Amino acid sequence: MAEALVFYIFAALCIFGSIIVVTHKNPVASAISMVLTFFFTAVLFILLRAQFIAVIQVLVYAGAIIVLFLFTVMFLNIKEDAMQFDGRNIAKKVTFLFVIIAVAGFFGSKLIVNSGQKAPEIENFGSVESVGRELFTEFLLPFELTSVLIIVAIIGVVTIAKRSKSS
Amino acid sequence: MEVTLNHYIVLSVILFVIGTYGVLTRRNLIVVLMSLELMLNSCNLAFISFAYFLGDLTGQIFMIMAITVAAAEVAVGLAFVVLIYNHNNSLDIDILKLLRG
Repeated sequence: MAEALVFYIFAALCIFGSIIVVTHKNPVASAISMVLTFFFTAVLFILLRAQFIAVIQVLVYAGAIIVLFLFTVMFLNIKEDAMQFDGRNIAKKVTFLFVIIAVAGFFGSKLIVNSGQKAPEIENFGSVESVGRELFTEFLLPFELTSVLIIVAIIGVVTIAKRSKSS
Repeated sequence: MEVTLNHYIVLSVILFVIGTYGVLTRRNLIVVLMSLELMLNSCNLAFISFAYFLGDLTGQIFMIMAITVAAAEVAVGLAFVVLIYNHNNSLDIDILKLLRG
């Protein structure tokens, strides 16, 4: 019962936060409400017995990625009129919204009709120990490959940033 | 009143739809990237809920990979945003028509 209450409260907060992200005209406000959305999602992850993932979510998303976004917004020093949510193509936007909601509602209603599944109770599910053991035994190769991906990203960013300086 | 897998999947669908709406309608490049992050986040929620309700840790491992990809994507994307802004003095995505055939 308490779990359901927490789920509904934080699901509503998540939806509310993400609506603010996509509709607010100021990018800084969007970024701040994105931090809150990621925090609320981390709470849902804890409900789903994924404590380690919740910590990673707060560290990487709410920490690193949002700082990067905010830094870019402030670094570029965008003028107020460039940040406005413009009024062009309102009809197109509304049509987009209705089409997306119709498609999502179609699949969502199919999901609701099917009966829900109960979670199996597994000891230590999602703890740092169990996730780490999986990560360093069965998924060692993909885990190492992500480090290659990060190196590629670092080199790419440095190259792009360098080129913009010289031009 | 029990929270089942369907509740989480429906929430994930709703968040994904909101993110899609942002990607399709916003013109500010930074906000488009933020909406993309929201969509990735909703997919992560689906992964975690399936991992829990199926009792399989693979979903959580995959989400760690997805977070890594998201971080790399944001770093490269924002580098491009800075480059585009220096080039055009604007972040309106309608400027990016150079590759149009």
